[in-house]
Amino acid sequence: MSMNRRDFLKTTAAVAAASAAGIVIPEEVKAQADATQQGWQWDKAVCRFCGTGCGIMIATKGNKCVAVKGDPLNPVNRGINCIKGYFNAKIMYGADRLTQPLLRLNENGEFDKNAPFRPVSWKRAFDEMERQFKKYYNKYGPTSVGIFGSGQYTIEEGYVALKLVKAGWRSNNIDPNARHCMASAVVGFYQTFGIDEPSGCYDDIELTDTVITWGANMAEMHPILWSRVSDAKLNNPDKYTIVNLSTYRNRCSNLADMEIIFRPNTDLAIMNYIGREILKRNAVNWDFVKKHTIFATGTVDTGYGMREPSVAEKLGYSSKEMQTIVKQKAKVVTPEEAVALSPIGKWKAGDEMVMKHRKGHAPFWHWEISFEDFKKAVEPYTLDYVAKVAKGDKDESLESFKRKLVKLADLYCDPNRKIVSFWTMGFNQHVRGSWINEIVYMVHLLLGKQAEPGNGAFSLTGQPSACGTAREVGTFAHRLPADLLVAIPKHRKIAERLWKIPHGTINPKVGYHFVKMMRELESGHLKWVWAQVNNPWQNTANANHWLKAARTMDNFIVVSECYPGVSARVADLVLPIAMIYEKWGAYGNAERRTQHWRQQVVAPGIAMPDLWTLTEFAKRFKLKEVWHEWKLPNGTILPNVLDKAKEMGYSPEDTLFDVLFNRDEYRKNFPWPDPIAKNPGTGKMHPNTEAEGDFRKVVGSDGKVFNGYGFFIQKAMWEEYRKFGIGRGHDLADFDTYQKVRGLRWPVVNGHETKWRFNVNYDPYARKFAKPGEKFAFYGPLLKTIKRGNLKGPIKSEGKIHLPNKAKIFWRPFMVHPEDPKYDTNGYKFWLCTGRVLEQWHTGTMTMRVPELYRAMPEALLYMNPKDAKELGLERFDLVVIESRRGKVKARIETRGRNKPPRGLVMIPWFDERILINKCTLDATCPMSKETDYKKAAVKIYKA
Amino acid sequence: MDRRNFLTSLLQLSAAATAAGAIVGGFAEENKDKPLALRPPGALPEKDFIKTCIRCGLCVDACKNRENKMIVNGIEIDTLKLASPGDNVPIGTPYFNARTGPCFMCDDIPCMYACPTGALTPKECQNDKGKVAIDYAKMGVAVIDPSSCIAFWGLQCTACYRACPEMDKAITIEWKQNKRTGKHAYRIPVVHENYCTGCGMCEMACVTEKAAIKIFPRDVFLGKVSNRYVKGWSKKDQERVKNASTKTTTKTPWSKENPLQNLNQGVNWNE
Repeated sequence: MSMNRRDFLKTTAAVAAASAAGIVIPEEVKAQADATQQGWQWDKAVCRFCGTGCGIMIATKGNKCVAVKGDPLNPVNRGINCIKGYFNAKIMYGADRLTQPLLRLNENGEFDKNAPFRPVSWKRAFDEMERQFKKYYNKYGPTSVGIFGSGQYTIEEGYVALKLVKAGWRSNNIDPNARHCMASAVVGFYQTFGIDEPSGCYDDIELTDTVITWGANMAEMHPILWSRVSDAKLNNPDKYTIVNLSTYRNRCSNLADMEIIFRPNTDLAIMNYIGREILKRNAVNWDFVKKHTIFATGTVDTGYGMREPSVAEKLGYSSKEMQTIVKQKAKVVTPEEAVALSPIGKWKAGDEMVMKHRKGHAPFWHWEISFEDFKKAVEPYTLDYVAKVAKGDKDESLESFKRKLVKLADLYCDPNRKIVSFWTMGFNQHVRGSWINEIVYMVHLLLGKQAEPGNGAFSLTGQPSACGTAREVGTFAHRLPADLLVAIPKHRKIAERLWKIPHGTINPKVGYHFVKMMRELESGHLKWVWAQVNNPWQNTANANHWLKAARTMDNFIVVSECYPGVSARVADLVLPIAMIYEKWGAYGNAERRTQHWRQQVVAPGIAMPDLWTLTEFAKRFKLKEVWHEWKLPNGTILPNVLDKAKEMGYSPEDTLFDVLFNRDEYRKNFPWPDPIAKNPGTGKMHPNTEAEGDFRKVVGSDGKVFNGYGFFIQKAMWEEYRKFGIGRGHDLADFDTYQKVRGLRWPVVNGHETKWRFNVNYDPYARKFAKPGEKFAFYGPLLKTIKRGNLKGPIKSEGKIHLPNKAKIFWRPFMVHPEDPKYDTNGYKFWLCTGRVLEQWHTGTMTMRVPELYRAMPEALLYMNPKDAKELGLERFDLVVIESRRGKVKARIETRGRNKPPRGLVMIPWFDERILINKCTLDATCPMSKETDYKKAAVKIYKA
Repeated sequence: MDRRNFLTSLLQLSAAATAAGAIVGGFAEENKDKPLALRPPGALPEKDFIKTCIRCGLCVDACKNRENKMIVNGIEIDTLKLASPGDNVPIGTPYFNARTGPCFMCDDIPCMYACPTGALTPKECQNDKGKVAIDYAKMGVAVIDPSSCIAFWGLQCTACYRACPEMDKAITIEWKQNKRTGKHAYRIPVVHENYCTGCGMCEMACVTEKAAIKIFPRDVFLGKVSNRYVKGWSKKDQERVKNASTKTTTKTPWSKENPLQNLNQGVNWNE
């Protein structure tokens, strides 16, 4: 039957609409729609970009993704997307896609760190990688090698990387760029609830009537969620209230009922003020607090996660840099801090605070305190004090700011209001990021407004699988899957059992976190490093040091990339990588929703999936090379486990590939082809490059055509991985289920997802653990035995307390940022805040290749208050130098832009590699989470 | 925007959007042979401008030589150009193409002050009180095609809004519920001609293949309402008609006859 264009549009639209509404379409009409798109194949997938996790449908034809549409059946976005989502079909097709391995080779074809890149075969690439790896590994041991991982790994890739590093190399040096974005949230979850990730879900947006954004520019960073907030506001415009707290005006403010511009770092003070108001107004939900919580506090003299000053000095850090770095060891307490810290009773204004608890576990130490202590602790945070400390806009009156704070407290304390607090990088990228995460829960727990529909503090994630891969798989220096930790013997044992490796294989010492990896590269202790699915030399603060270390020191840098970028430029070897829809995969979003997709097309050139590069590299290691005894630089002995391995049936000649990724049971249980790979529409099989090779007949790592592993390796990895979580509150469904549904929120128990954790009405684990008649159980198992004490510290004689099923209400004080321009005497007058824009993703590697997105935002602009510009004699678009103690870059100023900073603060997005703003940022981190504070550094601005 | 405006504008929104689509189609046809050239800030009305401009190119030089030139990734973004044959603009006159080189709205308006003849004049770049500023330039007006603007599909874009130097004035966002999804709001850009300078930053930023928001000369696109009616809901609107003429006589084919003659025609009952 023939159809004209109009009929075609009508029919396809009708089908889409009917699907959206869940209407069953007559087969005849559906067949018609299918026929008109002949040669096209549609399949479900997930957006490549942010942590929202929107569903998309992808059309492929002739091995190309030719179109995308929002997935009408996906509950997150119901068929719509933002503009990054809109361009998913274009991101893989930039003209400069990397399609073959590139190695620095001299004229004689030998590797030379100073030679230019030349194309090489996969075999040559892996040979050099292996040679360099073993050179360092055999001499310096497992701590000399590492992987920069990602919150954009597929879950299976992350799992394979983790397993290779921890079970194979016995290193714990794998850490994802999610360290830069989510680590503070994780510490907040661990310390408060004993288990990672939010209790609520996106449904809270529709169910609440109050949304407070704290350092979360949802309008640009989570546009689909913001459109849900907007819709909820329209539904109930009089009651539904939105408050936007930020250090500068962003695009959330146009919808918000109230905007609060605060001085950087003072969110801690504001939160304490709300805590104080809750007590003053008798708004505490005592039934909830008594049954489900205890009060706690911890060490405060913990430094700022900077390098040890003695080490920095030895490495030749400049005297300017040292001005800030010395505060890692000791600082002078400012008058405003003296008030904030007064409940502890240790420091007065002008005293030197020696950072006694800056090392090791000391920043994490916390202990139970009494409610009376808690009350005493929040007492100094009066309206007068907090308003004076926290007001961020010099042009706003103190009275106006006070009125806003009171109104904010009104909203939190109103018993007839449900309330959701959202945050993203504003809290997490913070020198006290873990504290501010803990005390937003303090507010919600005092009120009993947590873990129920429409009520809760909700940590949004930035990356598409920061939750799914980085956190749930645990691709961190200290983690194993499902919240297991390498430092806990029982946890290592569980992993060793599931991985079928000898007991004692896993290194018990926490590895290098992301920033530490860079620092150890500079110190010469990290010699071989592999960056995957992220751009570490652009995304790490204080970049000059790391760029220099990579290019000038004795080390070998491998960068897996899809396009040229800063990190690839500093690499010694570049591996061309298959992008998202060129491989099977899964992501997990911010509401614990796990979503899978099938491989849609085959990668260009001889680019291969990350998973394949890891498993192929694993072939290069025999057990006898990795599982013998190691003495680590810190004195730790890793035992020889080869004898135990023999008992388990392994030979010292077996490769890590055989033992970790190519087991007989995988081949038996997960054969390829698998019927789940059939497209539901066309019935055609989806490709699987790893399982069966593909039409390109890529010559692989051994110089022979790669014809696949012969089994469904992604499914095998998934099914093994999910065993970690079953029965531990992290239950995931089987692989095939996810191919059929639009994601499920874990824990998935008996086929049912969990919308609100810790609540007996929704969470089977809460039902299991709650006392009869009680509504909640905060059953997370971590950090549930703590000391007891008072605000000064733990008291030995009080012993320890065990807190099953209880959450902790923390008190944490306000402290000044170490580079606060208020106290600067060296002319660094401006706060520098970095962030993102809707149009560009992270380092722009993908989105700057999409012509439309490039045109919409071709360069990073420095957003500045017009009065500041005038004072500096600057005009709009003038080129200026942004200079910090660490570096300087040039950028153009914009005084009429989307972000409206108050006087004294400038904001710049970090996507633009030509304006590498991370040369200026400060690599201070939260001492607990080791997450960098990209939001605060002091800079000078002057005309270029 | 206060809440009340926010809500009332929602009601007007869909109607306005539909109307805009029809208008764009109509005038494009009507103005086929008129130049759609966008002129520098402060330009006289097109007819007078053509007469007054001596094609000297000083404004273009001033634009090129301004201090804060836009050089993105080594490529300079040119704004003002002198028309050459084939540009479909009177040859030698200055114009700009908003999609590829919008006006960056320099605070000191170098092009305007470079004009030796008054074809570009501060008088055309000032507010009611006579204050001259680039914000009062009237180079054109942004027009949205709701059929290709993806915000009207429910997608979350508003790239034009964020690119607008008069953000929240010249372009605002209107929210409307998306009944199809049931839980997302449309966030739709709406242009307010009284604040729009026609700089074209929106047209450059627009992410559709061909821009869904475009700048047109104001006299080409904008209509004009009768100054015999004042909005009952706007005090300010009265100012619009304050210079209304007292010559109020109107003429139609029916009114052109002398009323006496008209009446004396009598009536006919034989038909």
